[in-house]
Amino acid sequence: MMTNSLALDRRTRTMLIILGCLVLFSGIFLGAWLYGEQGQVTNLALRKLPPGWHQPFGTDWLGRDMFARTIKGLRVSLEIGLTAATCSAIIALVFGLAAATMGRIVDVAVTWLADVGMATPHLVLLILISFACGGGAKGVIIAVAASHWPALTRIIRAEVMQLRTSDYIKLSRRLGRSSAWIARHHLLPHVVPQFLVGLLLLFPHAILHAAGLTFLGFGMPPHTPEIGTLLAESMRYLSTGMWWLAVAPGLALIISAMVFDVLGNNVRALLDPRTLRE
Amino acid sequence: MSSRIMHSTIARFLLLKTFRLIMLVAAVATLSFVLVSNSPVDPVDAYVGAAMLRISPEQREVIAKRWGSDRPPVERFGRWAGQMATGNFGVSTIFNEPVLAVIGKRFVTSFWLMVLAWSLSGALGFGLGLTAGAREDTLLDRGIRLYAYTMASTPTFWVGMILLMVFSVSLGWTPVCCAWPPGLSAEQATLWQRLHHLLLPAVTLSLIGIAQITLHTREKTIEALRSDYAVFARAQGESTFGIVCRRALRNVALPAVTLQFASLGELFGGAVLAEQVFAYPGLGRTTVEAGIRGDIPLLLGIVIFSTTFVFTGNFMADLIYHLVDPRLRKTSGAIS
Repeated sequence: MMTNSLALDRRTRTMLIILGCLVLFSGIFLGAWLYGEQGQVTNLALRKLPPGWHQPFGTDWLGRDMFARTIKGLRVSLEIGLTAATCSAIIALVFGLAAATMGRIVDVAVTWLADVGMATPHLVLLILISFACGGGAKGVIIAVAASHWPALTRIIRAEVMQLRTSDYIKLSRRLGRSSAWIARHHLLPHVVPQFLVGLLLLFPHAILHAAGLTFLGFGMPPHTPEIGTLLAESMRYLSTGMWWLAVAPGLALIISAMVFDVLGNNVRALLDPRTLRE
Repeated sequence: MSSRIMHSTIARFLLLKTFRLIMLVAAVATLSFVLVSNSPVDPVDAYVGAAMLRISPEQREVIAKRWGSDRPPVERFGRWAGQMATGNFGVSTIFNEPVLAVIGKRFVTSFWLMVLAWSLSGALGFGLGLTAGAREDTLLDRGIRLYAYTMASTPTFWVGMILLMVFSVSLGWTPVCCAWPPGLSAEQATLWQRLHHLLLPAVTLSLIGIAQITLHTREKTIEALRSDYAVFARAQGESTFGIVCRRALRNVALPAVTLQFASLGELFGGAVLAEQVFAYPGLGRTTVEAGIRGDIPLLLGIVIFSTTFVFTGNFMADLIYHLVDPRLRKTSGAIS
């Protein structure tokens, strides 16, 4: 009776956080959709306005509403980041499973490829791949997807390797279970949570790296509302004191990345039986 | 006797690492070559650029022939790899200078930026991590953690832009661009001027770089304070401050130094973004130029150079571990 109703356990709290994140992201996508073309409408009568009641994020040098542009930009950034991170996680899953189950040669090859993938600074690799793809949104997605898989591959490989040598799986094999049965009942329950958490924690990295790449001028054509491009464009107006062009889109990007981080860490705690009820 | 054993282990260690580096560079070079040869960006088009309309197809052919870009990829790779092996990285198309000379010159400019940022973030991050770990779950700890988590999700270039707006545009304390005053050459600028131009990019890099080292040091400090030797010291009446300074510090410092050396890749990536914001003429900005303007020899050279740079960081981390950690020293059979 005395327990505080606000002191929720981890499961309830995580569920609420997940719900909040979903609402936030559907809000962004819905908002971008509802705004339609409004982010692109130039209104020269309303140029260079600081944030105010009617334009919460101000307007740019062509009178475009920065709030609409930020929402639309965030949508594009999230889309690119999510696509790239998902591709990357799937690559990691396939490579990780292959390395752990398909014998010595495949294992050596995958481990070596992961080492090579991590040997070059991330951003240099991103620039190289984006150049090789000839730029464009496709180039950014391929670059981010092709450079983020090594860490998760190592985690999945190690997990499966450890499971395969564990006693209960050896026992299961002795009891006559087929490999497919073991994979479905003993491996999947361990690998799927690892994969999901790995995927969620890849999102912030992918979103930030994609924005960095477009900020440097790789990928998006100018005037695409995308957070990296928006910030790159605002660089030219910084010296004239139009601070709002950079502050609001940047903050929106940081908050999105942090939300995914929080989401990933909470889901990890939720999926791990040891921390479930903390 | 034992010192000879130590020398031989170190020699073997160095030999192994050199072999690894050569293998790695060969792999990275091959893969990068395959990547850029499949690029739809035509190197001749990228080189000609805006002058495209004024140039005849015959002139284009001359350029292609001179560069050998009309040859099949396998033959190009063979010739390129052969030249690379002798240390000839080719000529940069946008600077019209040997690639190695461009990289060398630009890296010196970036080097001081990276050194300053690296030491600043290392020292500050370590201090903050120790403080947060020693004062676990206090308001101070929460504040430091919030800062570190926020910085982990913040793009480097955005921090740079905010600093630029506040300190260069509004307050006018720091210059808006470049590594030395416009109109002067690098040699003419005084040390003070160079530092003045270096300050903001370096602070940008360290504000972001602090995050990882802080969180890592905090974890290690908490671990150390829960260890038996810390509990024992506390039982003898040592204060938390004393335990942290006299007992935990040495155990926490080693992983922190290693981590800092192993993070050279992040540092390089951060430098690319920071140099772009502050128009700082270092290797990072050159990387972006090479990528955008299709300077393939320079881009490949930078990829190989940065790979070696990251490898050197990891190598230093390994080496320090072997030299400093008494447990590892003992197992390698080298007690002198």
